[in-house]
Amino acid sequence: MAQVTFLDAIKQAMFEEMERDPTVVLLGEDVGVYGGAFKTSEGLLARFGWERVIDTPISESAIVGAACGMSYLGLRPIAEMQFIDFIVCAFNQITNFVAKGHYLWDAPAPIVIRGPSGGGVHGGPFHSANPEMYFVHTPGLKVIYPSTPYDAKGLLKAAIRDNNPVLFFEHKFLYRRIKEEIPEDDYVVPIGKAAVRREGKHLTIVSYAAMMHTSLEAADELAKEGIEAEVIDLRTLAPLDSDTIVESVKKTNRCLVVHEDTKTGGIAGEISAILCERAFGHLDGPLTRVTALDTPVPYAPTLEDYFLPNKEKVMHAARELARY
Amino acid sequence: MKKALTRQQHLDLYYYMRLNRAVEDTMVKLFRQNKIVGGLYSSLGQEAVSVGTAFALEKKDWLAPMIRNIGALLVKGVPPRDVFMQHMAKYDSPTKGKDGTSHFGDLENLHIVSPISMLGDLIPVMTGVAMAGRYLGHKIVAMTWIGDGGSSTGVFHEGLNFAATQKAPFVLVLENNLWAYSTPVKRQVPVENLADRAKAYGVKSFVVDGNDVAAVYTTAKEAVELARSGEGPVLIEAKTFRRLGHAQHDPAEYVPVEMKKYWEERDPIARHEKFLFKEKILDEKGKKEIEAKINALLEKERDFAENSPFPPAEFAEHGVFCTGDDCHKIRAKWERPVSEVTPPKSRVPAVWTVEGFGTGKGSGGGSAPIHFGDTEKHEQKEEATVSNNGAKSTAKKSAKPAKKQVAVARKAGR
Repeated sequence: MAQVTFLDAIKQAMFEEMERDPTVVLLGEDVGVYGGAFKTSEGLLARFGWERVIDTPISESAIVGAACGMSYLGLRPIAEMQFIDFIVCAFNQITNFVAKGHYLWDAPAPIVIRGPSGGGVHGGPFHSANPEMYFVHTPGLKVIYPSTPYDAKGLLKAAIRDNNPVLFFEHKFLYRRIKEEIPEDDYVVPIGKAAVRREGKHLTIVSYAAMMHTSLEAADELAKEGIEAEVIDLRTLAPLDSDTIVESVKKTNRCLVVHEDTKTGGIAGEISAILCERAFGHLDGPLTRVTALDTPVPYAPTLEDYFLPNKEKVMHAARELARY
Repeated sequence: MKKALTRQQHLDLYYYMRLNRAVEDTMVKLFRQNKIVGGLYSSLGQEAVSVGTAFALEKKDWLAPMIRNIGALLVKGVPPRDVFMQHMAKYDSPTKGKDGTSHFGDLENLHIVSPISMLGDLIPVMTGVAMAGRYLGHKIVAMTWIGDGGSSTGVFHEGLNFAATQKAPFVLVLENNLWAYSTPVKRQVPVENLADRAKAYGVKSFVVDGNDVAAVYTTAKEAVELARSGEGPVLIEAKTFRRLGHAQHDPAEYVPVEMKKYWEERDPIARHEKFLFKEKILDEKGKKEIEAKINALLEKERDFAENSPFPPAEFAEHGVFCTGDDCHKIRAKWERPVSEVTPPKSRVPAVWTVEGFGTGKGSGGGSAPIHFGDTEKHEQKEEATVSNNGAKSTAKKSAKPAKKQVAVARKAGR
């Protein structure tokens, strides 16, 4: 098995799905001739032609709208947002048209909207966003945010094959930094299932995307201090695998949620509410959050580093929580 | 060339306009009896637009109505009971009570896409329908409508531009009824013909008297044929007038009385009827027969609708996601060889090409023609403009006479 980057895993998933199923098409800004701003679609135009790899004008609403219309005739379009920050330009199209179609008139829109997200690369306030919660809050959408190349490939394939609209966030910090061996055979990772990345008994750290790696690093350090943290990688934010979280917290009795999204309205709040509803009697300490600040993502490295969660912040919060 | 309509086509247009109006008249009665759950929007006086344009479509074609296009739905084959039940939020309605008005669709049989209340979003969606139809080899045309007010939305422009770049077989009917709720069109769009907006996107456009059903139909037919033949999208501006308020609640006192009177005298149904009588296509007896047929149909349809129950309360929880086994499944119907699309040896000509561009990897091997920025020279014209205080002034000639031939930059090393 070959070592594959996160970015190559995305590319492989699209290539293999387009090869397998002629109804899969890709549209977005600069996805064709240029191969995508991050080269995730390099080579696809040459292989699949202009009808299936479609360079679009800078019109996010049109990209999502057209993808939705194409899906009504049985196509499975992948709509790329050049940076996921720009997804808000298509907000109405996604939340009102795409998300409500099946509920209102039995018209599922089997489309995938994907793009590079997240900070830590000094992209500034408009190229670093984590807008996942706008969509987690919207009934009718599935939201995936993987942390490993294996999951990225398997979940993207699952997203393309799913009959519902799926938002697929690719943390750009991971694109070229994370590598792993992945199988050469076709596989999918089921949507809506979290993964336990590390077993532990003193507390549960729930995270996803780039912060999952930060959480794992923190857990390894904490182990040296005698604190054994269980680390859960959500992988899918909607539908949320609350069973896995609840089961873990029933065992560890403490829960720390770590995410790169801003604090207020982040998924940590939702997880806290679920644990209060389903595991209140099992909690030995306060539900704790380590998140980004409630500010836009700042540009200067000093500011962004301060804005983002990191290993030290996770360790500090974990130590405090483990004391209960 | 516009062909003359047959007698039967004239009669069909008349029938559907009458049906359109009768369905809406019935709903006004239901509204006054408190049987319509939400708002009721009227297309009184605009029937020729909905009916004339939709009548130009073939069975396989796709449409997406707006709120005042009940007539288009009837032409496409939607039974009046569905329209009644939608408004009455009944369980047997197409959305089973989950949405009202013209907000429903039918992907499998009638090829109707449901609108949403946010205006303009249908334009890129129907562009996608048109593109998918072309890709699958269906030779379809997709049509939707937008109002004068809706043409101010961003997505109108994004969608029309994208359709143009894709040469999508798409027809956009801009139904200019002069009022966007209480705002007159001049305050929405300060141009005389909204069809002019099409020029900015390289889209062919027509302006038609929206209260002349035969003219609407022949124009729409020409537009549909152009779009189907690969000429790209077409925009039709149909000039008409919204005779009632935005919806039933709105008495529209902001509309000048003279304006209402002007347009009442140009009622599309009365006008077409007069023409049919003059041409001896219709007589009093025939008219009575059509009325009797519509009355009998609507009585039956209304009874059915009234007898349908409301949805059970817990039904609210169902259907957010398609689970794949108990819900609609969409399957692509290929009407061209699948072998054409992977790997690419498409017989469909590329919609854009740039000679000599893109021979790098991933480019499609130099078959992606573009032009190099050497656009045709534009003659600077003196244009009369209106300054802010309303006085006419003449725009100064542009200082720059762009005479110099722009050198054509060719990529070296081809």
